[in-house]
Amino acid sequence: MFSFLARRLLSTLPVLLIVSVLVFLLLRLTPGDPAAVLAGDTASTDQIAQIRTHLGLDRSIPAQFAIWFGHLLGGDLGESFYYKAKVTTLIAQRLEPTLSLALITITIAVLVAVPLGVLAAWRFGGWLDRCLMGFSVLGFSVPIFVLAYLMIWLVSIKLGWLPVQGYRRLADGLVPYLSHLVLPALTLSVVYIALIARVTRASVLETLGEDYIRTARAKGLPERTVLLRHALANAAVPIATVIGIGIALLIGGVVVTESVFAIPGLGRLTVDAVLARDFPTIQGVILLFSFIYVAVNLLVDLSYVFFDPRIRY
Amino acid sequence: MANSTEFDSLSTESATVVAQPSALARVRANVSVRIGSSVLLALVLVALLAPWLGTVDPTLFDPASRDLLPGGQGEITTLEGDSIKHTFLMGSDGYGRDIYSRVVYGTRVSLIVGVCTALVALAFGIALGLCAGTLRRLDGPLMRVMDGVMAIPAILIAIALVAIWRGSLPTVVIAIAIPEIPRVTRLVRSLVLTIREEPYVEAAISLGTPTWKIMLRHILPNTVAPLVVQGTFICASGILVEAILSFLGVGLPPDIATWGNVMAEGRAQFNEFPHNIFFPGIFLAVTVLAVNMLGDGLRDSLDPKMAKRV
Amino acid sequence: MTEAVSRSAPILEVRDLTIALPHGSDRATAVQKVSFSVSRGEILCLVGESGSGKSVIAQGVMGLLPKSLPVTGGQVLLHGEDITHAPLSRLRELRATRMSMIFQEPMTALNPVMRCGAQIDEVLREHTKLKPAERRAKILATIREVSLPEPERIFASYPHQLSGGQRQRIVIAMALILDPALVIADEPTTALDVTTQAKILRLIRDLQRRHGSGVLFITHDFGVVAEIADRVAVLRLGDLVELGPRDEVLKQPRHDYTKMLIHAVPNLTPVHRTPNNDGPVVLATKGLAKTYTDGSWFGPRREVHAAADVNLVLRRGQTLGIVGESGSGKSTVARCVVRLIDPSAGRIEIDGEDIATLPAARLRPLRRRVQIVFQDPYRSLNPRRRVGDAIIEGPLNYGLSRADAVERARGLMALVRMDASALERYPHQFSGGQRQRICIARALAMEPELLIADEAVSALDVSVQAQVLELLEEIRGRLDLAMLFITHDLRVAAQICDHVAVMSKGRVVEYGSAAQVFGDPQHEYTRALFDAAPGRGFDFSKAA
Repeated sequence: MFSFLARRLLSTLPVLLIVSVLVFLLLRLTPGDPAAVLAGDTASTDQIAQIRTHLGLDRSIPAQFAIWFGHLLGGDLGESFYYKAKVTTLIAQRLEPTLSLALITITIAVLVAVPLGVLAAWRFGGWLDRCLMGFSVLGFSVPIFVLAYLMIWLVSIKLGWLPVQGYRRLADGLVPYLSHLVLPALTLSVVYIALIARVTRASVLETLGEDYIRTARAKGLPERTVLLRHALANAAVPIATVIGIGIALLIGGVVVTESVFAIPGLGRLTVDAVLARDFPTIQGVILLFSFIYVAVNLLVDLSYVFFDPRIRY
Repeated sequence: MANSTEFDSLSTESATVVAQPSALARVRANVSVRIGSSVLLALVLVALLAPWLGTVDPTLFDPASRDLLPGGQGEITTLEGDSIKHTFLMGSDGYGRDIYSRVVYGTRVSLIVGVCTALVALAFGIALGLCAGTLRRLDGPLMRVMDGVMAIPAILIAIALVAIWRGSLPTVVIAIAIPEIPRVTRLVRSLVLTIREEPYVEAAISLGTPTWKIMLRHILPNTVAPLVVQGTFICASGILVEAILSFLGVGLPPDIATWGNVMAEGRAQFNEFPHNIFFPGIFLAVTVLAVNMLGDGLRDSLDPKMAKRV
Repeated sequence: MTEAVSRSAPILEVRDLTIALPHGSDRATAVQKVSFSVSRGEILCLVGESGSGKSVIAQGVMGLLPKSLPVTGGQVLLHGEDITHAPLSRLRELRATRMSMIFQEPMTALNPVMRCGAQIDEVLREHTKLKPAERRAKILATIREVSLPEPERIFASYPHQLSGGQRQRIVIAMALILDPALVIADEPTTALDVTTQAKILRLIRDLQRRHGSGVLFITHDFGVVAEIADRVAVLRLGDLVELGPRDEVLKQPRHDYTKMLIHAVPNLTPVHRTPNNDGPVVLATKGLAKTYTDGSWFGPRREVHAAADVNLVLRRGQTLGIVGESGSGKSTVARCVVRLIDPSAGRIEIDGEDIATLPAARLRPLRRRVQIVFQDPYRSLNPRRRVGDAIIEGPLNYGLSRADAVERARGLMALVRMDASALERYPHQFSGGQRQRICIARALAMEPELLIADEAVSALDVSVQAQVLELLEEIRGRLDLAMLFITHDLRVAAQICDHVAVMSKGRVVEYGSAAQVFGDPQHEYTRALFDAAPGRGFDFSKAA
């Protein structure tokens, strides 16, 4: 068991390293002097020279990477010249809205999608199944921002039930916090409900075709037990996988949703940073999101141990 | 030992082979394929016939015709400087440009981006996947790099690359295609690895067939179906991501009429003039839906075993 | 058809049962107007080849058929009760309590994420009102009854921690724990090794005697029939063609089909052969070994000796059989000889030249001399290439012109007794036996000196198997080939091999002429293997 855990943990290190290398190279791909790019359009020559020495930009590329990576490990993600603040501070400020949105979205998505998928598989070919398949194609075809505007138009403008845009901190009260997050979370969750329900349905269908389901029926067990104890328990691994993938894709969806609903989170930060060509921030955000993705995948893999006794040596 | 004529007459063997409909027939009969491809065909026609569908040059504008509602009458200034009367079927935007024309011309961009993205991603993915599947030494490091690329959210890669290279059609296509390459690589690699284990490939090896011929004749043809399906999904994704990029302001330059750009420009006035967002949005949704349906249908009909999975 | 019954009324009565197949199948019904009965304390064997409908009947009795296979006629009576169209709730009550089933694949019959004890417990919880302690006691007792050691440990283990034979015993335990009157066994030993198979057969028979249940035993193996059946029913394409006591059916079959089937069963006593010992040595392996190392960053390195110190000699015009159970290393040896895998040590001499360590480029010219036919006819041909292209691929690689290659292919089609028009068709248009013949033609197209048949007939029905074996013998004789025949089936080996090597756990434990090895086995493993062969006391060649 421990060797499996250790092995799994260690295998994330090469991936993290490669992500760091890729992000590092990202900046080097820009035409022009990296120091000037990092300093921004309004920097003085002194500031540019300062950056050059700080990052060792006159040294060889591997040396530069070593310096940059060293800073990284020490928690220094650089300074944004656009916002005139440390990147880590910027990120810390905007973490809460994004995390809130993400967590609420994924909770809604899982709670709705998994039961729907299981039901659709159980009643394979029935009206629920067909509706679900139709809805799910719709769900990930309609662009999130179009859906978002539709929802805003319907719910906020026409019906006036919920606020149009903006964000309220949790510390300022639960009700305003939730009322500002409900619409964005619901909109965003549509895509994930579509995706997760689909994969759940497919996995449950596949397990329902396995031999041990036939054995369970031959024992005279009621269908509900067969479905839950035998089918779902074995479909748990692929379902957990797709939830993990969903969380990773969530990041892309968050970027758009925050933009539409004017939520001051990491997604907005990224877009603004890109528009301003603020590279330290772009690098910092990409690193953060990638690490989160790797961490989530690791958790999902470790959850397999819980679901499948065959993965325990 | 009994004689073989006895066997031949009594054997149950010859009774058991049934003719199956060919793959092409199954594809043609599939409902999703039919709906998806007809809608796409209509869109392609719209894109090709754009100049003749009652449109004007999408860059034309007229300050007097700003923010007209759908169906509104107004004037528009041509390139030569004349003002002509024009019915704004889908309304006009904040500059006085005809939304209908911009949406129709936008069809071209979206379709081109979608198809090119799919082709680029498939080309690189197949090449890398073949390498990974056949060259043992390259497999480990290559897949690790792919894992690394997949760890970075696709949209962030696309945004970052467009920011670096400045938006233009080739850069947008490459920026959107790059995050899709790892998945294709993985698919091709796993296909190669599975097919390599098949007895008919082993038979080819023992017959002295050189590796490149095995690749071409035995392995590649059996990968076509899943790759075609994957390609359609990449196309749908490409169209969607391009729209998102333009919407966020980090895609193609605003003077090119794309659905995302039209929607980006209409954002600020959404409360009063939602038509800026809805018309391009509908086109976008219908296009992506059609491509996804086509992909679904192809997958279900080309390999029934795949239909049960996603 | 009612039977003159000596004891009580039959437990199971099937009358004119007809089950339809979905639209587009090769025939309209899976089974038509099938009638038989099973009484208390007897074993009725339902025999048939693939596609005969025997599994469909088994599942139909239990009510486990999908909606696409409806019962369209006839009745199924359990203890006189008509359960043909009984509601699901009634069927569930009867399952495991009055009728239960044992399935073919023990590796997949158990839920992998649930402990074995819990899976047996489900039966008790569903159908009885016993308290937890009582249930546990009963389960442990049943586990002991199916001859599994350490019942406590087995109770707590997961299926993947048990072997195939052990898992099958758990399935049997689940089936018998509530003492049902009818037990349906659907090919329960087909997926097991010969020695395990013998033990499971014995177990089923002992339990049946002890509990007095009636057993409907589905099988395709006449050896098994000879071993345990009281009565036999023979199915052909959904029709019941023969029904009667075992000795009658096996020794004096009435229907032509039954006669043909029984003639097709190879005997365990080797055919009298005079192998030609003068021919040149085609294949000689010396100290052949293949070791797999399972190294990981953590944990000890494990070494698996798939084959160790294998020494074989094969002359032209002879057939050498390698016999063994799964994991014995026989397939490993075959694949080393044809260089699909690289041996770890030893020499492989083809016509005196050692090919064991030759690099790919130098190996090519020698590949022609050794060709192989694989086990699975459904995966041995590329589904997207025509049969003709598959056969000429080899000769074209070695410089033969296309026209000449096609000529050769035509000739080979005649040799394997198939029509030349087959060259234009695709593999999916052929049955398993025909595909195997195509594969033989493909191998012969290279004009090899050594033909390796790696379980080449194991996936075929017994009648088809007989045809292909006959074909191989004929080819061997006509083309004066050396043949290396890999099999786990002793009967097949007895029929076709001049010499036999018996392998166990990677090593050759016995090696000699077929007459010697079969007539007077020296090694205890060989003896155990023969003891385990079902129906070994029965001489099929003496049937009418």
